[in-house]
Amino acid sequence: MDWKQLWEIASAPDNVPIVALIPLLAFYLYLAFKQAHANDQLIEQLDGDAALAKTHHRKTWPFKAGWQKEVHVWPFLLRVEFLAAIIVTIILMVWSISLNAPLEEPANPNLTMNPAKAPWYFLGLQEMLVYFDPWIAGVVMPTLIIFGLMVIPYIDTNPLGSGYYTWKQRKFAIGTFLFGFIVLWVAMIMIGTFIRGPGWQWFWPGQTWDHNRLIYEVNRDLPDLFGITSNWAKGIFGAIVVGGFYALGGGAVHAYFRRTNYKNYTRMSILQYSIMMFFLLTMLALPIKILLRHLLHIKYVWITPWFNV
Amino acid sequence: MADESNANGSNGKKTGILERVTGGVKSDIESLRTDMPAKVKEQVEILKAPTKTQVYTSIFRHKHDDTPRNRALGVLSNVFLHLHPAKINRDAVRYNYTWGMGGITFYLFIVLTFTGVLLMFYYHPTKVQAFRDVLYLEHDVPFGKLLRNMHRWAAHLMVIAVWLHMLRVFLTGSYKKPREFNWNIGVLLLVFTLLLSFTGYLLPDDQLGFWAVTVGTNMARATPGLGHEGPFGPQLGMTPYNDVRFGLLGGSIVDANALLRSYIWHCIGIPIVASVLMIVHFWRVRKDGGISGPAAVVLESEIKEARR
Repeated sequence: MDWKQLWEIASAPDNVPIVALIPLLAFYLYLAFKQAHANDQLIEQLDGDAALAKTHHRKTWPFKAGWQKEVHVWPFLLRVEFLAAIIVTIILMVWSISLNAPLEEPANPNLTMNPAKAPWYFLGLQEMLVYFDPWIAGVVMPTLIIFGLMVIPYIDTNPLGSGYYTWKQRKFAIGTFLFGFIVLWVAMIMIGTFIRGPGWQWFWPGQTWDHNRLIYEVNRDLPDLFGITSNWAKGIFGAIVVGGFYALGGGAVHAYFRRTNYKNYTRMSILQYSIMMFFLLTMLALPIKILLRHLLHIKYVWITPWFNV
Repeated sequence: MADESNANGSNGKKTGILERVTGGVKSDIESLRTDMPAKVKEQVEILKAPTKTQVYTSIFRHKHDDTPRNRALGVLSNVFLHLHPAKINRDAVRYNYTWGMGGITFYLFIVLTFTGVLLMFYYHPTKVQAFRDVLYLEHDVPFGKLLRNMHRWAAHLMVIAVWLHMLRVFLTGSYKKPREFNWNIGVLLLVFTLLLSFTGYLLPDDQLGFWAVTVGTNMARATPGLGHEGPFGPQLGMTPYNDVRFGLLGGSIVDANALLRSYIWHCIGIPIVASVLMIVHFWRVRKDGGISGPAAVVLESEIKEARR
């Protein structure tokens, strides 16, 4: 166990935000799910008691009949904002006094940094480069992430859970979002920061970064496994595999979704449904490609003269 | 004669210029002796109630005694505070619900603008001077190190705050009708926050920034159709000297032009666009009915299905 190496990575000034992100995310997820749990219990209670549902104020917060519904922004909201600003300022001050912003040697195009890492918030995309070519990992995926986020309000037809934390009313939406955000974005950033060393090789936390380490790993392409050699056949084979992934995956998701989310399924138009399918399957393609690489050492699935997937 | 209308000459007698002057000075002194103490007294009385002075009332347009009306006016008659409504739902002030992350993000943007403007006084976006300016800031400028540290850490914190804000908005379903459009503005603001941070990364012109931006912009080479290494890029005539990466860097390598471009995007271009989007974002929060919750829970059985 090389504690010095571990400390060097964790204490690198620019890695501090990532180290801070772990407890912050854990705390806020706890806070969210605590409230979601309380709301879910209330929903269950009201579902079983129609009389209570008519009179209950429908929140888990304290409530008395005589209380005013509204409060003045000044001072009740502004004091909270003012306090938040002060607390953030204090945190920033302490952080800025105690920890210096990193400054390396002057830029030198002739001396490549190894590992050369992107800013920490893009390390998930850089980690994706292991599994996909740059045109997918660096251009198509980021674009699809942005558009995928933007279509969310238009494909989520579930009218429940607007304005309060809940889990039981929105399992599919919240599960999908957390999978994308926590597993495919944050966890990939963690891997890119703490695991990837020189040559973007995998070093377990505490393992010494060996700049001379070589990995004897032979990656194959999927068509090779089937003994396909001609370029035409490879292109057609890959198109069938990728098309088959979307067709079969779509079928599987359809079978799952209409059973578990029947009401949302009936509410969705064909356009909403197919957009959801496309983004969901494209998102799932990443972990599938990761598994293919690590379990079967497969580099490309679809090979054409112009692009590889 | 003109003299006849003169106060000193109305009786027709000619007064000498000396008499006229001394008479005038005498009356001036007399008025100073009698009027001024009275005016000073008056002034002291006025200053005893400074909130009634013209200067004060021109700045603060209403009284400040603690009445509901004044509480509301305090918010509504202030250009910065009138972003808020005068009154909000009593549960909407609970930071357990909002985590305050949107507001913290905005506050960090203000901190970054402030420290950023101060940093600009010491920084030249040229290959010769950029790195030296950072050294100068670190070692010679009073509080320069603190300034740079604070700008950097506030930037990182802002990225985290934006993510947590998005997480909260998602988990509370706050993007749902009627807030779909504002969610989209928010996604754009998320992208611009990351781009702001990314363009700032190159500016110290050190190895860290140089290679991070090299890695980042090398992706642009692979843009389908628009990059010289991307699918169908070469077929569409893309070379290292005319593709989208060239446009981003102002050259085929990360050099002086790239430094200037990222400086201008960082300090002028993106902040303007982001500010406009922020204005829209905040405006829509109000127009879409204020903050989304904490709202009353809705039961499955209460949903009326729209006829299709």
